Amino acid sequence: MCETRGNTNANKLMVEVQEQLLSSNDSAAAHNREHFVRSGLFAVNLMGSPGAGKTALLEATARWFGGGSGLAAITGDLETDRDARRLRDAGVRCTAITTGSTCHLDARMVHRALHELNTDDAHFLFIENVGNLVCPAIYDLGQAVNVVALSITEGEDKPLKYPVMFHRADLVVITKFDLQIALPEFDLAALEDAISRVMPRPNIIRVSARTGEGIGQWVEWLERRRGTMDRPAHSYAHVHTHEPISVPA
Amino acid sequence: MHEASLVQAVLTQVATLARERGAARVVRMRIRIGQLAGVEEELFRFAFDALSHSTICADAVLEILPEKVEWTCDACGNPIAAGDRLQCSVCGWPARLVRGDSLLLEQVELETP
Repeated sequence: MCETRGNTNANKLMVEVQEQLLSSNDSAAAHNREHFVRSGLFAVNLMGSPGAGKTALLEATARWFGGGSGLAAITGDLETDRDARRLRDAGVRCTAITTGSTCHLDARMVHRALHELNTDDAHFLFIENVGNLVCPAIYDLGQAVNVVALSITEGEDKPLKYPVMFHRADLVVITKFDLQIALPEFDLAALEDAISRVMPRPNIIRVSARTGEGIGQWVEWLERRRGTMDRPAHSYAHVHTHEPISVPA
Repeated sequence: MHEASLVQAVLTQVATLARERGAARVVRMRIRIGQLAGVEEELFRFAFDALSHSTICADAVLEILPEKVEWTCDACGNPIAAGDRLQCSVCGWPARLVRGDSLLLEQVELETP
C-alpha cells in the first residue's frame, strides 16, 4: 500500500489500496476450499433461476447413486427449508441456510453451515445456491466447480442476458429436457450459440430429472472433475494464499 | 441487490484504513468496476448514499472507473470482440479474458488532522 501526502495540502493523504472489494469473502472461501481439498470433498456451487430444477437435479442424482450415500448438500433459500427436506427424503445429508433478504450465499454462510453438516464419507457436496441468475455468481464459496442449471422453458437468450453467471460456469446443465416435446419452438442451436458467446469453453449437458435422461452423463462429468480436484479449472483471479483465518462460527 | 453488501464491505475496509491513519474524514475513494463484475454502478451508488450516511465516508466522493471487457486468443493473440463467439476465429482456441471483471478498491484520499 503506497501513501503520498498532498503537495499543497499536507492534511491530504492519498492511499493506493488496490484491494478486492470481496477480499473478506475470498479469504473465507479460501478457507472453505482448503477444507474441501483436505477432506476429499468435491464441492459444487449449483446456481440458476428460481424453478430451474436445481433440487430436482440433485434428487435425480441421488436416485442415480441408489440413495444419497456419498452425497451431502447445503441449500440456500430466502425462506423455508423445503429443498433441504426434499433432499433428505432422497437420502442426501443436508442442511439449509435461510438467508432472509439476502439474494445469494457467501463463503461465511457456507462455512457456518458446514459446522452443522456431517460430511464424513461424503465425496460430493452440492451447494444449492439461492435461485437467482445474478448475485450468486460473484461470490466465491470455495467450490471446485460452478454449475448453472437452466431449464428449457427459460428461453435461449438467458446466457446473453446474464453473462456474468455463465461466464463463470464450468458447466451448464439444461434441465427439464423432457418438456422439449411440448416446446416445438425451443431452439437448442440458438441456446448453444448464446452460451458460446459468454463461455470460452462451452460445456453443456442436457438432462431430465423426470425421465433420468442425461443424469448418467452429469454424474460422469462430476466423477471426472472430482478426479482432477486439486486443480480446479475455474480459477478466481483474486484467490490468494493466506495464513489460516478464523471465521466466526 | 448484492450491491448493498458490497458497499458495506467497502465502507468497513475504508473505515479501518482511515482509523489506522487517524484520518478525520474520507475525501474520496476510487473503485474500478468491470462490465463482467456483476455490479450495477447505479445500484452501487444508491447503496453507497444510503449506507455511508453517518459514517466516516459520509461526505466522500465516490469515483467509479468502469472497465470494458476485453478478450484475446491465448494461442495466437488475435483479439476477440465482446459479443462474438469466444473461440478464436483464426485458430479455434478458447478466448481468455484480458480485463473486465475487476471489482477493486484502488485509491482512497483521506484528510488527517
